[in-house]
Amino acid sequence: MKVNKFVIGGILILGAVVFLIWSSTAATQEYFLTIDELNAKGSSVVDKNLRVSGAVIGDSIQYDAQSLTLTFDVAHVSGDNADLETEGGLAIALHDAVVDPSRSRIKVVYVGPRPDLLRNEAQAIMTGHMGEDGIFYAEELLLKCPTRYEEAVPEQAS
Amino acid sequence: MIANFGFGVLVISFLVSSYSVFAAIYGERTKNPSMVESARRAMLLTWPLLTLTAGILIYLLVNNHYEVQFVYEVTSRSMPTYLKVTAWWGGQSGSLLFWSWLMSAFASLVTLRKWDRDREFLPWVIVVACVTMAFFIGMNVFFENPFAQLYETFDGVNAYTFQPANSVAFTPVDGRGLNPLLRHPGMVIHPPMLYLGFVSFVIPYAFAMAALITGRTDDRWIRLTRRWTLWAWLFLSFGLVLGSRWAYDVLGWGGFWGWDPVEIAAFMPWLTGTAFLHSVMIQEKRGMLKHWNMLLVILTYDLVIFGTFLTRSGVLSSVHAFAQSAIGPLFFAFIGLTLITSVALIIYRWNDLKSETQMTSLLSREALFLLNNLLFMSILVVCFWGVIYPLISELFTGAKVTVGPPFYQRATAPLFAALIFLMGVAPLSAWGHSTVKTLGRALWKPVIGAIVITAVLFATYTRNIGALIGFFIIALVLLVTVYEYWRGAVARQRSQGENIFTAFWNLTGRNRRRYGGYIIHISIMLMAIGIMGISIFQSETQGTLSQGQSLHIAGYEVRYKEIASWDNAGAGVNYTRSVLDIYKDGKYLGQLTPRIDYYFDSEQTMTIPGNRSTIRDDLYILLVDWEPATSTGATFKVYVNPLVNWLWFGSLLFLVGIIIAAWPENEREPVAVKAKVGVRQPSQPSQPSAAD
Repeated sequence: MKVNKFVIGGILILGAVVFLIWSSTAATQEYFLTIDELNAKGSSVVDKNLRVSGAVIGDSIQYDAQSLTLTFDVAHVSGDNADLETEGGLAIALHDAVVDPSRSRIKVVYVGPRPDLLRNEAQAIMTGHMGEDGIFYAEELLLKCPTRYEEAVPEQAS
Repeated sequence: MIANFGFGVLVISFLVSSYSVFAAIYGERTKNPSMVESARRAMLLTWPLLTLTAGILIYLLVNNHYEVQFVYEVTSRSMPTYLKVTAWWGGQSGSLLFWSWLMSAFASLVTLRKWDRDREFLPWVIVVACVTMAFFIGMNVFFENPFAQLYETFDGVNAYTFQPANSVAFTPVDGRGLNPLLRHPGMVIHPPMLYLGFVSFVIPYAFAMAALITGRTDDRWIRLTRRWTLWAWLFLSFGLVLGSRWAYDVLGWGGFWGWDPVEIAAFMPWLTGTAFLHSVMIQEKRGMLKHWNMLLVILTYDLVIFGTFLTRSGVLSSVHAFAQSAIGPLFFAFIGLTLITSVALIIYRWNDLKSETQMTSLLSREALFLLNNLLFMSILVVCFWGVIYPLISELFTGAKVTVGPPFYQRATAPLFAALIFLMGVAPLSAWGHSTVKTLGRALWKPVIGAIVITAVLFATYTRNIGALIGFFIIALVLLVTVYEYWRGAVARQRSQGENIFTAFWNLTGRNRRRYGGYIIHISIMLMAIGIMGISIFQSETQGTLSQGQSLHIAGYEVRYKEIASWDNAGAGVNYTRSVLDIYKDGKYLGQLTPRIDYYFDSEQTMTIPGNRSTIRDDLYILLVDWEPATSTGATFKVYVNPLVNWLWFGSLLFLVGIIIAAWPENEREPVAVKAKVGVRQPSQPSQPSAAD
């Protein structure tokens, strides 16, 4: 009997942790989509937590400092690392995405300070929601610029 | 030329450390002490060799030898010398060398100690240390040569270890420089601290393996490495704190911890290491959980290797570094091999590691320690799940799914709360047997105190239910810990006739591990207050101001005074500095000067916040945007981060606590400790419930 209470306690804790992980995952998971996939799914992804990555088109960046509203377009880049590699690495893939007008694009709206790393051909990783109007409303914006530095620059969140 | 010499020394270090492995095994197998001694000396030689290698690399870095690829990638002419030196660990190949160098230093320190009674461990400690070291040096020699030089061939400019045929040496005029975000004092010492922590955890692992291989599986290995483990923990903790502070100062999002995979990678060995620190005490006192301790030290070691790999390779944040270099698969192979070998050794020695006592009471100290371990492991599982969930989900459902900070916050918050609660209860429970009654008797006073404090906070500070629960637990733990400390000191005051301060001092000195531990617990509570403050009560506002206009937030008035922009040609930076007058409830407090720095060479801006820190809150202001030509003014984002300073103050106290716990004990105690009795202090007569 002595052992049993430890076993029961252990199972209870295990169960609690499994439940915690399962429920937290279900509540917070974000679907990682490329812009092609996002456009293909259309309205079915409205209201879901999404994480979208794309190449920032420098000319489209507009910032309204009064309302701290940032708008810019991103172009489709592959979400598959092997694809990126065959394209010649992230930097080149981002560059190609920006100069290629046939790539699917999407408009992004973000409210907050303008991130330091936001610039042409940066990779934007955005978390947020798809609006009914076809605009992606980002709540979080991570940027990385692969061209410049050797080390992994910490992603700058805003 | 110099670079080739550096590579040569590196190769020799690799050979020497490999020799050390084989000599140690051979010497041990053939019972040939002179062979083991030769292995030991070879290992001692690695430190001077790697120091020379590092010295050469630093020479190249400082003297702008841009023909060397690594120098080109991490430094530039405009960088001050101290940053050029620290650029040593600014890139992947340099940090691998830095790792090996630290490893050789620690391995030498260990072998220089007196080995009289522990001779049989020596060869195996050498083997583990040198296998690890040879692996890292090998990475440098075969894949990531920091001395590779640039040559121009028909295919363009590339880095080669040896000059290829038909090529011309290529020397760029200037290097690419260090990312401005990393030119911060916190970032200069954060990586070495983290690495110190990482590398020092290899030593306890080496002793654990030696214990398993030799079959001397009592707690000798734990006693030998206890202090190492504490120092390792100190460095790792300090490294994590510095990283957080850097994020707070530099990344400009008003936070300090982002649950970024790289952060998690450094946090995971800390979790297992912390669990290990606690559970070794059960083995020392009760001879239990031996398998578990072995497993924890193995996990810590492999998570350290994993962490080194993740934090440096950029696998997670810029995925393409993975395929570029062969070191990814090799790291995984190394982790897999060491894990399998170590676990196989545990299974081999399974019966030798059987517990000497049975755990009987659910509320006994050892049971609560076990619970503490389970909670740490649960947090580890949450972290690990978060990191690998994208892979799992893609494998089984085909959908790419990730989890972000909300997942970690949600899943770990209850676990952290439970851990903290345990911190309050466990010191009051007794080894062997405790009941609800004995615990209740020790707890009721602090519980009432905590209820009173919570009620006061409810009336004056917050109505947030989560915050109140948090403050209640924190208050309880603080009261219990301070009360325990106080009781000890008063007892000492009475029995020794000392005044209360001397009593505190001597009490701490007499039982450093216990009272260092209490100080650590208190500091964790202070840090928890800070973390709760910023995560629950943070408020923010933003707005565009013209000169003389103000923003109002949480009683503060932020009045925009002026802005100026100028170049610092020498440093290659343009500064835009705004000046704000700060008032609180109408009273003038001073000025804050948030800036935007623009680095010409990297075309990158860096937002430097203006921060006014008090124990009540931080006023943290970012200059977001500004209009140079017109008078429309500038845009600011203002955060008020309540209580966050407690986090930094708590961190400092935390370090003090670890130093106290890790400080060498006076050698007055009898040296020939029998395994079971250990360094256990004669318990204070008035503290029967907490006889350490």
